[in-house]
Order: sequence, then C-alpha cells, then structure tokens
Amino acid sequence: MKNPRWNPYLVGALIGVLSILTFSIVDKPIGMSTGIAQASGACALPFVGADGVAANTYWAKKAVPKWDYGSLFVVGSFLGALLSALVSGSFKITKVPEVWRERFGPSVPKRMVAAFLGGIVILYGARLADGCTSGHGISGSLQLAVSSWTFFLVMFASGIATAFVLFRRRHS
Amino acid sequence: MQPILAFLSGSSLLWAGLLFGIVFGLLLHRGGVTDYDVIVKQFLFRDFTVLKVMFTAIVVGGVGVFILHGQELANFHIKPATMLAVILGAVLFGIGMVIYGYCPGTGVAAIGAGKVDALAGFVGMLVGGALYAFTYDWVAAKILPVGDLGKVRLPELVGLPEWLWYVALIAMAAVVFALVAKVEKGASHA
Repeated sequence: MKNPRWNPYLVGALIGVLSILTFSIVDKPIGMSTGIAQASGACALPFVGADGVAANTYWAKKAVPKWDYGSLFVVGSFLGALLSALVSGSFKITKVPEVWRERFGPSVPKRMVAAFLGGIVILYGARLADGCTSGHGISGSLQLAVSSWTFFLVMFASGIATAFVLFRRRHS
Repeated sequence: MQPILAFLSGSSLLWAGLLFGIVFGLLLHRGGVTDYDVIVKQFLFRDFTVLKVMFTAIVVGGVGVFILHGQELANFHIKPATMLAVILGAVLFGIGMVIYGYCPGTGVAAIGAGKVDALAGFVGMLVGGALYAFTYDWVAAKILPVGDLGKVRLPELVGLPEWLWYVALIAMAAVVFALVAKVEKGASHA
C-alpha cells in the first residue's frame, strides 16, 4: 500500500489557505459538527416525525435538517477523503486500529461499540461547546476567539488525561 | 462591516459547500489525520501530526483572514464564549475524541478512507446530536447563560494591540514546532 501522506506542515498551510477562501468567497468558516447535527435531525424524522423535528428548538433554529452549505460540506469531506484514498491507492477497509488492538485486543464488536459511544460523547460535547476541532480548533482559533482557545486548551487537556488513563504503558 | 466577497448564493453556494468540503476531506486524508493511531498518539505525545496540521492552519489562516478583515474583505465569525458550556463541552469532546479516535471532521473523512469504526462512531455522533437537540431547551436555560462573555476575541478581552496577538501566535507556533522537532529527534535516537 502506498503512503498517501503529505508533509503535515504543507497540509496545515493548505487548510489555512482553504479557510481564507471560505471566509472571503462564501463568508463562512470551516465547520463540521453543525452539519452532523443537521443530519441527526434528518435521521430523527422517522422516529419523531416532521412535527417532532419542527417542534424541537435546536433543529428548528440552530441546525435545520436540510441541504445547505454546511451539510454539503460534510458530504464533500467524505467524498474528498474517498477520492484521495482511491487515487492514492491507499483505500483499505479496516475495522480495528493498531493502537486500539495492542491495548484492547482484536475484537471487532468491542471496537465498534466503543467508537459508537465515543461518537455520542464527542458530538454532544461539540454541540455543547458550539464547535469542534474544525469550527473552534481551526476556524475559531485563527480568529483569536476566546471561546475557541478555551475549547482548544481544555479539549487537549481532557484528551491527554483520557489517553493516559486508557493507553498508558505499564512497563515504561 | 458591509462589503464582503460573499457573492455566491442559491445553488452555487451549495456547490461551493460540496467543493470546499471535498478539498477539506482530501487534505485531512493527505495529512494523515484520518488515522485513529495518529490522533490517539498525539494525545500520548508519540506523534505530533495533529498539532503540526492545526497550528500551521491557524497561523496561515489567521494572518490571511486578519489581513482580509483589515481590507474589509472578510467578516469575523466569533462563537460566543459561553464559558461553562465551552469548558464542559471541551471536556466531553476530549474524552470522546480518544475513545472514538477521530474528531467529527476527521471521522467523516476516515469513513471515506475505509475505516469501519469511523462509520460506527458517525452513527454515534448522529445519536449525540439528537441527544443534544432533545436536551437543548434545558441547556439553553441552565448552562449557556453561565459565564457568558459574548462573542469576544482575545484582543478585546485582554487588551494589547491586535497585530501583537498575531506576532505572538506566530512566535508560539515557532516555539511549539521547535520543541516538537527536538522531541522527534530525541525519540529517533532512543
């Protein structure tokens, strides 16, 4: 399998340039988690009905489930990575990541349940903080927003603590 | 501030969303951050790809948007500093990011790269979004107002000239990158 990776500094700089373009051309910062919350509203439709979704303050006002710039940005991100993986010949179906396997074993269901639960927690956190690593971490931080730098620092501290509790090496 | 380059509207805006998203997803994949191991190792200080990508993006984007803003060619979009909500949300986010192994953006991109666990976590994110929507009224009443500083930026909160913050940002990135280079050099000799 070929290594598709570019220099991380180059990739970061290009994401910076992409930010400049989105700010100037469409007047929008890069963001991801609002679009996912919109998708969750769309997925809630069969369960609570159109009235239920419309009656919800959050889906009615903050993350309206519809095709707009933000939700299509999410779709685009999926397609872009798919394209990149296919073109570079590095597309590969994988279920259990290496670091996880070393620590928690090769069980696929175990990994899927953990990823599912982690997904719940991360998006609830992202919505509570009103942004994720994209919206706060990159877009907000580059504007020197107080909310975003607070998010960035606290998120990193929390991630470090969690990682050391879950993955610390016993004999090193 | 009035004059901006936001000249796209209607369906062209939708296409722009898709197109910019494609570029973003491609860059995330090429950056290597669609990989669980790369992300978790960042939090264990065994891999610094995430910091390199994020800090470079912040410096390049920050200086660019600052200049455009000065020319009245871009608006700031500041998220409100609802401090209790931001801090609680960030704590949850950090925990979720290590267990899921991706953030929302890199998770979506990782699905495209063939990671099945990223897809399982995406379903979780849909549930998390729904949970937030169902608890939103309570959060808006009890959590969001606590420590709400408004849509404030660091230069306004602390004072100091605007440009000095960007100089400090560049200096901080330089120090972080130098430290990372040193740690990586040390690790390769170990």
